Amino acid sequence: MLSLTLKQVSLALREGRISPTELCRRCLNRIKKTQHLNAYISVTEELALKQAEEAESRLLQGAPRGPLDGIPFAVKDNFCTRNIRTTCASRMLRDYAPPYNATVVQKLLDQGAVLVGKTNMDEFAMGSGSTDGVFGPVRNPWSYAAPYREHTGAATAADSEWVITGGSSGGSAAAVASLTSYLALGSDTGGSTRNPGALCGVVALKPTYGLLSRHGLIPLVNSMDVPGILTRSVCDAAMVLGILQGLDIRDSTTIPAPAPLTELPEDLDVKNLFIGIPKEYHAPGLSEETVAQWSYVADMFERAGARVEQVSLPHTQYSIVCYHVLCCAEVASNMARFDGLEYGHRSDVDSSTEAMYASTRHEGFNDVVRGRILSGNYFLLKQNYQHYFVKAQKVRRLIADDFKRVFGSGVDLLLTPTTLTDAARYSDFTQEDNRTRSAQEDVFTQPVNVAGLPAVSLPTALSRRGLPIGLQLIGPALQDKKLLSAAQWIEQRVGFPSISDYEHSSKSRTEREQTSAV
Amino acid sequence: MAASSVAASELLHNMNKQISILYPKASCVIRRISTSSRCHSHSQLKATSAPQQLVGVVGLEIHAQINSSTKLFSGSAVRFSAPPNSMVSFFDASLPGTLPVLNRRCVEAAVMTGLALNCTINQKSFFDRKHYFYADLPAGYQITQQRQPIAVDGTLTYSLLGGKKRSQVIRKNVHIKQVQLEQDSGKSLHDDVRSQTLIDLNRAGVGLMELVMEPDMSCGEEAAAAVRELQLILQALGTCQGNMSEGQLRVDANVSVHRPGEPLGVRTEVKNINSVRYLARAIDYEIQRQIHVLQRGGTVQNETRAYDSKSRETIPMRDKEGLQDYRFMPEPNLPPLIVYEDNASLPTGLDACQAVVVQKIRESLPELPSVKRDRLVQTYGILPEHSFTLVNEDGLVDYFEEVLKATKKEPRKVIGWVTNELLGLLKQQDMSVSQSLISPPALAELLELQEKGHISSSVAKQVLQQMWRSPGKSGSQIIQEQDLGLVSDTSQLHSICQKVVDSHPDEVHAIRNGNKKVLNKLIGLVQKETKGRADPVLVREILQEKTS
Repeated sequence: MLSLTLKQVSLALREGRISPTELCRRCLNRIKKTQHLNAYISVTEELALKQAEEAESRLLQGAPRGPLDGIPFAVKDNFCTRNIRTTCASRMLRDYAPPYNATVVQKLLDQGAVLVGKTNMDEFAMGSGSTDGVFGPVRNPWSYAAPYREHTGAATAADSEWVITGGSSGGSAAAVASLTSYLALGSDTGGSTRNPGALCGVVALKPTYGLLSRHGLIPLVNSMDVPGILTRSVCDAAMVLGILQGLDIRDSTTIPAPAPLTELPEDLDVKNLFIGIPKEYHAPGLSEETVAQWSYVADMFERAGARVEQVSLPHTQYSIVCYHVLCCAEVASNMARFDGLEYGHRSDVDSSTEAMYASTRHEGFNDVVRGRILSGNYFLLKQNYQHYFVKAQKVRRLIADDFKRVFGSGVDLLLTPTTLTDAARYSDFTQEDNRTRSAQEDVFTQPVNVAGLPAVSLPTALSRRGLPIGLQLIGPALQDKKLLSAAQWIEQRVGFPSISDYEHSSKSRTEREQTSAV
Repeated sequence: MAASSVAASELLHNMNKQISILYPKASCVIRRISTSSRCHSHSQLKATSAPQQLVGVVGLEIHAQINSSTKLFSGSAVRFSAPPNSMVSFFDASLPGTLPVLNRRCVEAAVMTGLALNCTINQKSFFDRKHYFYADLPAGYQITQQRQPIAVDGTLTYSLLGGKKRSQVIRKNVHIKQVQLEQDSGKSLHDDVRSQTLIDLNRAGVGLMELVMEPDMSCGEEAAAAVRELQLILQALGTCQGNMSEGQLRVDANVSVHRPGEPLGVRTEVKNINSVRYLARAIDYEIQRQIHVLQRGGTVQNETRAYDSKSRETIPMRDKEGLQDYRFMPEPNLPPLIVYEDNASLPTGLDACQAVVVQKIRESLPELPSVKRDRLVQTYGILPEHSFTLVNEDGLVDYFEEVLKATKKEPRKVIGWVTNELLGLLKQQDMSVSQSLISPPALAELLELQEKGHISSSVAKQVLQQMWRSPGKSGSQIIQEQDLGLVSDTSQLHSICQKVVDSHPDEVHAIRNGNKKVLNKLIGLVQKETKGRADPVLVREILQEKTS
C-alpha cells in the first residue's frame, strides 16, 4: 500500500480498500522505522491523525474534498506551517512556529491532504547535499536497499558507505523515496528539488516561475525560488501542479495558470516533438553511466519518430558565477531580517543592540549562510554593484535569451542529465566545501532557474552502484503540461523500479540503523 | 495688530499651534519675521552689490505620510496614536515568507501629488531595497524607489510677502526632483534607565512619499514658505494630512553656503525639525553658523545635525558609525509598477478599476491653493496678503464666503473682520475655524447692523467679543441688552458736543485758527463720553458747526 502512487492510493481510499487513518498510521510507523534517514525535522503525528480522521468521515460520507483527501504529504521545513515549527534547518529558527500557512501548504490542506511532517534540508536551502543543516545530514534511502548494498559488499561497512540524498530538499526526496509520504513539497532555487529527486529516484518538478505562490516559502533567492513537487510518478506531479498552480494575491509575482491542468495524455505521440540536446551539457565530471542514460532516452525518442537534434546554449558556462552573485546578493538582503528582535534565536549578549545583532547572527547561522551573506553584501556595495550585480543580471538575461532562441527555433523540449553522477558517499561529499559542491552539482539545473523555466527530473535507471540516475526535461515558460506529458512518455518506457521491490532485504539494516537516528 | 502682519505671520508660522502658547504676543512673532526678512533682502542683494558675500543654499528632503486607510504593502490599518504594536501585520513584522503587496491607493496618492507639483509621471517605476540595520526596521531594509521613482521633474510655486510694507507678493519656484514611494519605519523608544529599547511597529510600513526639493532656496523664510505651500497642496489633495508635529510631514534641510557664482559649499543635513517655524529658524541658524565657521577660517563638515528647539541651535548628531552603504538592490518580489495614461492605453484584459489611470486622477484634482488665492483676489477684490491668510487657515475661505452670502457689505470691508477679528479670537484660544463660537451668519448679522448704521465699528468689535464669550446670543440681542445702539438723537448729541466744546477752549481756538486735525481729538472725546455709541457722522457735523 505504501509504495503506491498518489493516484493509486487515492483510488484505494475511495474504494474503501484502506481508510485515511490506517494509511496515516502506516506512514507514521514507517517514518519511525526510517528515522535513521533523518528525513524529517518534525513529525506532526497528532495533527496528522486528527486530519486523517476528518478525511475519513468525509470519505465515509462520500464527499471527499478532492483526489488528495486523506493522503499523507510532507513539507520541506522552509514552508511556513501554522503553529508547527518551521526551522529552515537553522539554529536561527530552531523554535520558530509561524502564525500562518504558506499558500501551497494551505491549498493541500484545503484538499484534505494530511500533513505528516516537516522535512530536513540544508540550512536555509543553501546546499546541494542536505548535509549542511543544524539537524544533521539526510541519508539516501537507496543506501540501504539491496542493489547498493550488494555493490558495496559487506553489510557491516554500510554505516560509512551511506550516500547523500542531494539537496537542498533532501528530506522531501527521501520521504517520498522511502515511502513515508506520497507527495512532498520541496523548493527549487538552483536545482534543490530536482537534484535530490534525481539522486533519490523520484519525480521532481520545478514549475514555471510564478505559477506557484511563494507566499510562506522562506526565501533563498526570491527571483528564482519556486516551490517544487516531489512524487513517485509524473502523473502524480501533474495532479499536484493542477491543485497548486495559479494567481495568489499574496504573491505579486504569480501569474494565472494558462489552463486548468487536465489529465496527461496516456499515449503521447512524440512524432511531432522536437527534442533538443544542449551540447554544453556534456560537462566535465559527467559520469559515463549518466551519458549512457541520456543517449538511451534520446535514442528512444528518435526511434519513436521525434526529431532529436543537438542545440547550443552558449552562455550556460557562465550560469554558475552569475547564479553565485545573484544568490549571495539576495541572500544577504533576505537574511537581514534575522536580527533576533521579532522572532528566532536571540543571543544573550546585550551590551548594545549592535552587539546583540552580531552575536545573534553569528550564533544563528552556519558558515555557509554567513559566507553567502558576506559575499552578497560585498557584491551590493556601491563600488561593486555595477561590476558584480548588474553584470550578473546581464548574464542572466543572456542565459534566458539562449533558451528563448532555442525554443523559438522550434525546439519543444530539452533533454539533459539532472546531475553529473549518481549520489556520492557522504564521506566523499564532505571532502569539498559547500560552495564548491553547489557549483558542481547545480550545473545542469541552475540555468533553468535563472531563466524561470519549467523542468522536471525523473529517474530512468539504477547505476552500476545500485543508485538512481535521473534525466531532466526543460520546457518553455508555461509549457509545464507539455513537459510532463513527455516526461510521462519516458517514464512509461524506462520502468524504473520502486524501492519497495528491494524492501525485504533492507529490513534488518533498517532496524540496526535506528540507533544512529537523531 | 495690523492685518498685514497677521497675514505674514500666518503665512510662515501658523501651523504649529504650540507656538502660539509659547509666544502669545503677536509682537514677538513679528520680530522673528523681521529676522528672516533680513535674510531675504540679503539674498536679493547678492547678485549686484555684494558678490563676495556668503549666502545660504537650501534644499529639502520631505517625507509625507500618505493618507490611506492601510499600509503601503500590507493590509494593516494606519492610525495615529493607536496602542503600540496593535497595527502590525505579519509582513510589517517581517515574518519570514511574507511578501509585499502594493496598495493602489498609495500609488494614486503619489500620482496625484506628482501631478499637482507639475511632475512627469513615470509610466514605469521600480521598487528597491535600501539596507541598514536598525531596531525599528524589521526587515533590515526599506522598500523604496531608488532607480526610477513614480514622479520626477516638477516645480512648486510658492509666494513670500516682501517689499517695504511686506504687502508685495513675491512668487518663487523650487524644482521638485522626484516623488518616490517608500515604507515608513517603526518607532524606537529608548529607556535609558533600564537601558532598553522599546519598539512600536504601528508606523512600520506606512506609505510615504519622499519629495526632494532642489537647493533653489536661500534662507529659512523661503524654505518655510515652500513647505507651507506644499502642506496646503497636500491637504487640498487629501494625499497627506500634513501635520508636522504628528510626524505626518517630516522635513530635513540640506544647508550649505557659498559665494554666488562659485560651486556649492559642503552641506550639512539638518534633522529633527517639527514645525514650519522651527524649519525657518534651524536653517537660518545653520546658515549663520556655517558663515561664521568659514569666516573664522574653518571648514564646514559634511554631517547630520539636529535642531534643538530649546537652545535654537543645530547640534551634530551622533552619526551612525562611518559612512553608510545602503547596498541598494531591486526588490525582487514586486514587478515594475506600471501606470496608464488613459483608459485607451490599458492593455486588453486589464480591468480599469484595477489599474492606476493618470488621466482619471488628473481630472479629479481639486482647486489648488495658488489658484484659489488668485480667484479670491479677483472675485472679491481683496489684497493678496489677505488671500494668503484665508487659504492658510483650514476652512477660513469657506467661512469668509459664507459671511459674504449673508451680508451686503463689500468683501473688502468684510475681510478684516474675518482675517483679523475672528482669526484673532480663534488664535487666542488655539482653536480651528470649524470650532469657531461665532457662525458665519451670526457675524454677517453683526456686520449688517454696522453697515446699516445701527452701531459703530468700535461697538461692533465690542459686540463681537461678547458674542464670543456668550455663544448662542446674537449680535442684536447683545446690542439691545446693553443698550449699545448708536446715539443719533441730535439734541442729545448737541448737548454732549456743547459740553466738550465748552470745556476745551484751547482746542476750539486751534481749530478756528485752521488746525483742523484737532477736531479729531474732540470727536474722540465725544465718543468717550458716549462709550463709542455716538453716530460718528453726526458728531463730526455738529462739532464742525460748533467750532466754525
